[in-house]
Amino acid sequence: MSEQFSVDERAGLENQIDQWRAWVLRRQAITPDDAAELEDNLRGQVADLRAGGLDDDEAFLVAVRRMGNLDDVSREFAREHSERLWKQLVLVPEAPAEADRRWRDLGVLIGLAVGAGIAVKSLLALGDDEAFGLNVAFAVLPFLAAYFAWSRRLTGRVAATLVGMTAAVAVAVNLYPFVVTDGSPGMTYVLTATHLPVLLWLLLGVAYTGGAWRDHARRMDFVRFTGELVIYFALIALGGGLLMGLLFGVFGVVDIEIEPFVQDWLMPFAVPGAFLVAAWLVEAKKSVVENMAPVLTRVFTPLTLVLLVAAFVALLAGGPLTAVDRNLLILMDAILLLVLALLLYSISARDPLSPGRPFDWLQLALVVAAFAVDVVALTAMVARIADAGWTANKTAALGLNLVLLVHLLGTGWLLWQFLRRRGTFDAVERWQTRYLPVYAAWAAVVVLAFPPLFSFA
Amino acid sequence: MGARVHIDKDLVAASATPLVLGILAEGDLHGYAILKRVAELSGGRMQWTDGMLYPLLHRLERNGLVSAEWGVSEAGRKRKHYALTTSGREALMERQAQWDVVGDALRQVWNTLRGPEAAGAWA
Repeated sequence: MSEQFSVDERAGLENQIDQWRAWVLRRQAITPDDAAELEDNLRGQVADLRAGGLDDDEAFLVAVRRMGNLDDVSREFAREHSERLWKQLVLVPEAPAEADRRWRDLGVLIGLAVGAGIAVKSLLALGDDEAFGLNVAFAVLPFLAAYFAWSRRLTGRVAATLVGMTAAVAVAVNLYPFVVTDGSPGMTYVLTATHLPVLLWLLLGVAYTGGAWRDHARRMDFVRFTGELVIYFALIALGGGLLMGLLFGVFGVVDIEIEPFVQDWLMPFAVPGAFLVAAWLVEAKKSVVENMAPVLTRVFTPLTLVLLVAAFVALLAGGPLTAVDRNLLILMDAILLLVLALLLYSISARDPLSPGRPFDWLQLALVVAAFAVDVVALTAMVARIADAGWTANKTAALGLNLVLLVHLLGTGWLLWQFLRRRGTFDAVERWQTRYLPVYAAWAAVVVLAFPPLFSFA
Repeated sequence: MGARVHIDKDLVAASATPLVLGILAEGDLHGYAILKRVAELSGGRMQWTDGMLYPLLHRLERNGLVSAEWGVSEAGRKRKHYALTTSGREALMERQAQWDVVGDALRQVWNTLRGPEAAGAWA
């Protein structure tokens, strides 16, 4: 599409401008608003040139030339608006070689997905539930990381660091002598097994950013990627579940037992495979889901706000704070994490340049509600700890709540500043990406330091 | 109006921000008016590629140095107006201090280049 813009000289000036606008809008990095701005410039230039004695056609041609090479201009727009850059795979329109590359990417990815399937299957073959819980993330995520390392041409140094860190964590958690009482593992095991995927996921982020993990825009891309991956994976799982149901139905009618096959062979390959394919789809079809993200966040933000208010009431209605049910506190943590994920996702999908809208106020309300719930939950936790002493679970929950509290506080404050026109939305975005390593650090503490600290109980 | 001088890409990039901020300090303007002012200030010797101004304006807007508002032009079309914000004014002061230093140093270099006899002729 880098052919020169040609003018139909028989058309009038208005027609020529119409054609030019359509041509400009073919670039994904340029929005209709940008085009309107450029058009205003073009019209101003044409008017001045005509006043200087040129005729319509000449003035139009000179004005178009002064606008500059549109490929360069659109690349500049894409660079400035990285959330738009996300929409397109390449900065300039796709060359045929790009399409070939996409198929090659898919080939590599399918190979890696089979590898992940084999790893999961071998892990299952050990028949050790505890080992499976600790290692399943190690069986899947490195394959996805390998895909990013390959597609982003990760440098040897970064790749070696990532492999080294992952291997160190894998060795440590597998050597930890977790205490097993009556066949059920202790608290620290459960904490390690649940926090480990978070830590590995954020390490994966380093591979996703191609090593440029300090870069704000790349980190935001990773947040977007994570959000879209969840959506794609859910869609594939839904479809897969439907097919599986039909399969069971058909074989049930002809009286053939296929459950062992499904459980032993199909699932260990299908689930990691679906996960990797979902990741590839997000990469390859960015713009498709891009249209869904704003819609989804608009639907779920008000609903989650209602949920939070209900949770707040439930917390306060549950009697004195020291007596709040333990399960309720765990549920609160889950809700708060969901809120944070939703918040992060909607912030990543928002155009940072658009002015404050009613939806932003709704988002602020969501942050305030989450903050209130967090404060109450924290109070209840501190009361319980004062009552019954520290345990690994309570410490982990307390720590997570504190991490969330600071995140919410910062987001709420910056959103408030933005809505009062004292700050920019960019500041809100940067706070999110700057805070991401805190989650990695906290997950690392729980995974690596908690088991020895609480004597592997 | 003087003849156009080709200005190196890096120099354009470095000077564009203080120029735009400085022009907006005189009053709110839309994009094309900023370009016209640049041409006017340089006596027509400096001309930017028109399209490149807008990504720059958007960057300044994102960083909170300028604010933008959609309005309507005399012809009744959509037009975006830009204004300097308080932090934009601060950034401009900072840039000015930096450019003063660079300008001072450069002036002295030009003077030595011109040589003592030229300097004498000037006196």
